[in-house]
Amino acid sequence: MSSTTVTPERSGFSLSEYIVCLNGIVWREALRFLHQRERFVSALVRPLVWLFIFAAGFRQVLGISIIPPYETYILYEVYIAPGLMAMIQLFNGMQSSLSMVYDREMGNMRTLLVSPLPRGYLLFCKLLAGTAVSLLQVYAFLLIAWFWDITPPTIGYLTVLPALVLSGLMLGALGMLISASIKQLENFAGVMNFVIFPMFFASSALYPLWRVQEGSPMLYYVCQCNPFTHAVELIRFALYGKMNWVSLAVVGGCTVVFMIGAILAYDPSRGLVRRGPGGGEA
Amino acid sequence: MTATDAHIANEPSPDAGPTAAVQPALSIGNVSHSYGPRRALIDVNFTVAPASFTALLGLNGAGKSTLFSLVTRLFGIQNGQIKIFGHDISRTPGEALRLMGVVFQPRTLDLDLSLTQNLLYHAALHGISRREARTRSAEVLGRIGLADRAASKVRDLSGGQMRRLEIARALLHRPRLLLLDEATVGLDVKARADILDHVRQLVTEQGIGVLWATHLFDEIMPGDDLVVLHQGRMLAHGPMSRVITDAGAQDVNTAFMRLTGTATLTGKPPT
Repeated sequence: MSSTTVTPERSGFSLSEYIVCLNGIVWREALRFLHQRERFVSALVRPLVWLFIFAAGFRQVLGISIIPPYETYILYEVYIAPGLMAMIQLFNGMQSSLSMVYDREMGNMRTLLVSPLPRGYLLFCKLLAGTAVSLLQVYAFLLIAWFWDITPPTIGYLTVLPALVLSGLMLGALGMLISASIKQLENFAGVMNFVIFPMFFASSALYPLWRVQEGSPMLYYVCQCNPFTHAVELIRFALYGKMNWVSLAVVGGCTVVFMIGAILAYDPSRGLVRRGPGGGEA
Repeated sequence: MTATDAHIANEPSPDAGPTAAVQPALSIGNVSHSYGPRRALIDVNFTVAPASFTALLGLNGAGKSTLFSLVTRLFGIQNGQIKIFGHDISRTPGEALRLMGVVFQPRTLDLDLSLTQNLLYHAALHGISRREARTRSAEVLGRIGLADRAASKVRDLSGGQMRRLEIARALLHRPRLLLLDEATVGLDVKARADILDHVRQLVTEQGIGVLWATHLFDEIMPGDDLVVLHQGRMLAHGPMSRVITDAGAQDVNTAFMRLTGTATLTGKPPT
């Protein structure tokens, strides 16, 4: 018997091991994304359809007054661009959670969860990887939108990055939390309908909240309580080099809450979901 | 021999520390698990010694996969204790998981990635640097005869090749305990034999402790340790020859039928 392959026992993990792990998870997510070109195309087509068709049609119907962060009258296309950027991240967050459910059913998720590094860290890495992918999609959208006269200040392309990272983390964490509570892939479509559409439409993505308040005060309050509204506003302000502190606080707070919820839900000893045999486990 | 006797015979010394030489590779102590009202495991006790091959024998639904999920911390432990080389999986999961390689019953490879990419991803999850991971990947792929397929997508491999790759992946971080849950299910006779030979070589040549869950009698060899699990209860544990003798049988097949037949009638392990 040879002992050449025995790993010496040691406790804890070095910083470099954490970094290697993060790199590996982001790298794998990027590879999967590259292999699924349809996913990239569909992620882009969806907001572009809204921009090219919906916004063009509604341009004359919905007038936008001068509201912060805008300093002048703007076209409707300009108004909804941040909402569409957030929509890309919303769909990406849900897509990531869908892939987590798929990975769980197919067994790939086990590879991740039996890694010796702390499970909370592994899930955070997964979240960061999903956010990184969403950033690629958003910037590709911004590039195409530029040819459609969506031209924020140049510095805005940089200042929006932290806002996109934070909103991507929040929406990804929400998706992860949802994925932990879904037992089968088939159940996911219903959840998408109950999460994506209400979140998107009951927000400031398509119309300013003062307009909503005029139409329905109740809906206005619902929109105000919707974290997606604050993700949109955070992105909108950041795209013009400004800060919306309330939105920052809401998005930051929701990110922490959703992330803690997801980590707890995937914790084997404190799981929110009682998992049974036969593939239902995390 | 009763299940309890066998357990006592394999019990490590209470004074043994985590790094002591006599430390079992895997120690399962009074483990029970329920899914709601259904009890999947009931007071399971056994150990796997380093450099040994232990077959976990049980029919479908015996609780083998649940036990694997507990050992790998996919499920939280409700009752009992599981240790890997003295490291409690609940208290120090990082240290415990680092010493363990796992091949699950369902395929857990990423079909759209290449063989090397799958291995590199696994290495990253264990914090192994990219350079070291590449070296080890090339090494293990060569060892399992798939070096020429390194850049191929996993979905282009046969079932047997995928299993070999999964075993190679489980060994990439150089564990001292290897768990395989029905690793030969769905494979042809030759692929099954190849994989079994490969795993037995790991025991003899590298000193790895192996827990091999199966429901196939012909995968067990004289000299193996045997754990018989039935309806969540451990019915016997010890060297195969002793389990057969104690069951008053001539072979493992008959011993298993006698043990499980008794259990089915009484609902309790034989005494």
